[in-house]
Amino acid sequence: MEDLLLYDRLQFAFTITFHYIFPQLTMGLSLLIVFFKWRFLRNKKEEYNDAAKFFMKIFAVNFTMGVVTGIPMEFQFGTNWAKFSELTGGIIGQTLAMEGMFSFFLESSFLVLFIFGEKLMGQRLHLLTAFLVFLGSWASGYFILATNAWMQHPVGYEILDNGKFVLENFSSLFSNPWLIPAFLHNQMASVVTSSFVVAGIGAFYVLRNKNVEFGQLFLKTGVAFGLASSLLVAFPTGDWNAKNVAKYQPAAFAAMEGIFETEEAGAEIVLVGQPNMVEKKLDNKIAVPNILSFLTYQDWDTQIPGMDQFEEEELPDNISALYYSYHIMVGLGTIFIGVMSLAGFLLWRRKLHMTKAVLWSLMMLVPFPYIANITGWYVAELGRQPYLVYGLLKTSEGISPTVSAGNTLFTLLGFIGLYILLGLLFLVIVGKIINEGPKKLSH
Amino acid sequence: MEIFWYIIIAIILVMFFILDGYDFGTGIIHLFFAREEKDKEIIAKSAGLFWDSNEVWLVAGGGMLFMAFPTFYASVFSGFYLPLIMVLWLIIFRAIGLEFRSQFPYQMWKDIWDKAFGVSSLLLALFFGMALGNIVRGVNLGGVENGESLYEAHYFFLPLWDSSFSPLSDHPGVIDWFTLIIGLISVVVLAIHGANWVILKTNSSINKKLKTIIFRLNISLVILTIISLAAWKTINPDALDNFVQTPWLMVFPLIYFSGISGLFFIKKLKKDIYGFVLSTMLVLGGITASLASLFPVILPSTNSVNGPLTLFNTATEEYGLSVALGWGIVGFILLFVYMIIQKRLMAGKIDHMDYGH
Ligand code: HDD
Ligand code: HEM
Ligand code: HEM
Repeated sequence: MEDLLLYDRLQFAFTITFHYIFPQLTMGLSLLIVFFKWRFLRNKKEEYNDAAKFFMKIFAVNFTMGVVTGIPMEFQFGTNWAKFSELTGGIIGQTLAMEGMFSFFLESSFLVLFIFGEKLMGQRLHLLTAFLVFLGSWASGYFILATNAWMQHPVGYEILDNGKFVLENFSSLFSNPWLIPAFLHNQMASVVTSSFVVAGIGAFYVLRNKNVEFGQLFLKTGVAFGLASSLLVAFPTGDWNAKNVAKYQPAAFAAMEGIFETEEAGAEIVLVGQPNMVEKKLDNKIAVPNILSFLTYQDWDTQIPGMDQFEEEELPDNISALYYSYHIMVGLGTIFIGVMSLAGFLLWRRKLHMTKAVLWSLMMLVPFPYIANITGWYVAELGRQPYLVYGLLKTSEGISPTVSAGNTLFTLLGFIGLYILLGLLFLVIVGKIINEGPKKLSH
Repeated sequence: MEIFWYIIIAIILVMFFILDGYDFGTGIIHLFFAREEKDKEIIAKSAGLFWDSNEVWLVAGGGMLFMAFPTFYASVFSGFYLPLIMVLWLIIFRAIGLEFRSQFPYQMWKDIWDKAFGVSSLLLALFFGMALGNIVRGVNLGGVENGESLYEAHYFFLPLWDSSFSPLSDHPGVIDWFTLIIGLISVVVLAIHGANWVILKTNSSINKKLKTIIFRLNISLVILTIISLAAWKTINPDALDNFVQTPWLMVFPLIYFSGISGLFFIKKLKKDIYGFVLSTMLVLGGITASLASLFPVILPSTNSVNGPLTLFNTATEEYGLSVALGWGIVGFILLFVYMIIQKRLMAGKIDHMDYGH
């Protein structure tokens, strides 16, 4: 039983982490593509149109990967988490089914039309298809986050005698106080990823002295979007999420901030430190007093409960991973703001394309928004432990009753092998597209 | 209300098998009959342009099933754990085969992805057919051993096969001679369907030959269908009772048989679309006839301890089903509208469609 739970969790964590590499780029990139296409209609510069088509090519490969890795996610609710599906399907089935009905269809049908239909439809309709692709991908993020929000903070349900959760109030699924902050934060974070990708490709072209006119355009756009989204991801959306966690999941909050002992008055904010789970304290701590209370409650002296205030079974089961994930996300967020501000300043002074060091950093930073996004999800998912539906259903009670540990290990290994192959192919193909550059498109 | 949702989900799944079914069939045709590079390319493209919007029907159907019949979803997905995960892997191979083949101009690269597309399409057609076979045959619900259930009455677990390969054993596996027959029928039906799609959408050089192939496949289909009916009657003597009690249900098998009869005239048909319509009837009739014979059961039990799963004992409660009705109908109409827009804009032969043209 223990092994089975472990393999089920590892398989879900592995497959969703891999899946989430792709949608974060498609959601953000679709916004930038709409922007390029829209600018083209305004200023009629061919470059903008080529940029839109170029990124749609990268988008398409990403989209395929998102689709093929997403279908296993939907199936795994049933295959690996059957008890959870049986008990909560009447509720989260609603949002998941809406996602399938409303968003994926929009996205995939209009993606094909965008790619093949420019001549057929004319420029205005072509912009419309780009917009519908964007709408589809954001709607899909919205519905999936509504699903996740319900697991983090269940609302609008009723529990029957047989343990089943049934829906009592449909609209509360969408007015869930957890949903809007999480959705906005998540979407801004995906714009961060796509901005870094666009700016990074731009920097690459300028540094290699190839497709330089496109390089400049990508840099300009990527940095502008990157600066705005990096700021928005921290404030107000990140801050707002933190307040929600403090309010609805206080045990998770104590763990992610690394507060082992409750302080008399205001809580300090930890900048550096390693959780020592044996002695229940932080090693090598650097902290600033009272700041956390202020950030969370706008009051220097509000008491924040530490981990000593909770029963062992209520605390997340992997406190160190939770703590590090949170600090990596916030640390990277701070770095992003710094780099994008500097690049923005240089852009404004028209010096960016000559400042090698900043171009190099933009290029090398491309993987890091992915790391921030994934660690951000780890904060959410590890913080939710030991519950599958917060406060109501334990993770260990959600697994499939009839599947054996050996079978799950087999499929976990299969997924690992297959996804390594997929990942390599993806890199080769995207690398080729970037290397060919946008010029090839306009014959 | 349950019956209403049952019908909606059935329509969505049938749409999936009609639409993505031609992609699987195209893969089978590609694997066995496409020889020249030019044909390989356009045949792959005739599936490649559409597979992802067709697959959406699977995602929508899965989501709907999860929402409306959570107990069924949980039971079947965990019970068929291994074959389902393998289907997922095949779906991945099929998709990357289609999407990646034209990324590099090297022949070897193309050959690899052509095979990935062809073989996974073939296996998917076989697996989906076997899945239908399993549903029709039923499973050992509750995992009964010597009259005792090992699990809750609505759960089960099937091995891939059991050494007797017989649907009549106490623990039938996923693969037995009955499900294999249904799997083969599915391969033949989808190959015919795919061939019609290729004829309709491309100017490949093998279009003429394909008509002969369809004719031959159709003959084997008649034989397989007769065998399967006989087999089904042996496994489950009252398999056809529903049709006796409610005679109008006969329309479903009739659709299937008219499809078969029509396809014998494939070479005389005036328009390519007629062939495609006939093979659509095969898919539609085959699935709906099977569902109609079970109704209202959706998963029979092979033991006498636990009763079957029906649409009534697996559905979620009334409120959830009725709110979903509101958005469900809107979504359902949108699905059709998007599909029609897309199919109209991409109407005609696809040979010359290219990026940006
Ligand atoms: C580029 C990525 C990125 C960056 C720079 C940040 N985040 Fe974040 N964060 C995410 C990407 C992300 C995410 C992956 O998108 C999450 C996971 C769940 C969600 O809705 O968004 C998330 C969740 C998340 C949560 C919720 C955890 C839970 O649900 O239990 C909090 C409290 C924060 N973030 C706070 C912040 C703060 C204060 C940041 C300050 C800089 C910050 N994030 C930067
Ligand atoms: C938004 C939709 C999401 C839903 C509905 C969801 C749901 C789930 C479920 C059902 C589990 C298994 C049970 C459990 O271990 O708690 C799980 C675990 C997990 N998920 Fe998510 N997830 C979502 C998004 C993500 C994303 C985007 C990531 C990462 C990039 C992620 C990372 C994880 C990890 C690491 C685990 C394992 C946690 C553990 O078992 O300790 N999740 N999630
Ligand atoms: C447990 C969680 C998740 C499940 C069950 C899931 C399910 C799926 C499925 C089935 C697909 C393929 C749809 C198609 O056929 O077009 C898909 C793709 C997609 N998913 Fe997920 N997903 C999960 C997590 C997430 C998260 C956290 C996000 C973002 C917020 C997300 C956003 C998307 C997007 C935008 C696509 C479209 C394909 C793309 O743009 O790459 N998914 N997902």
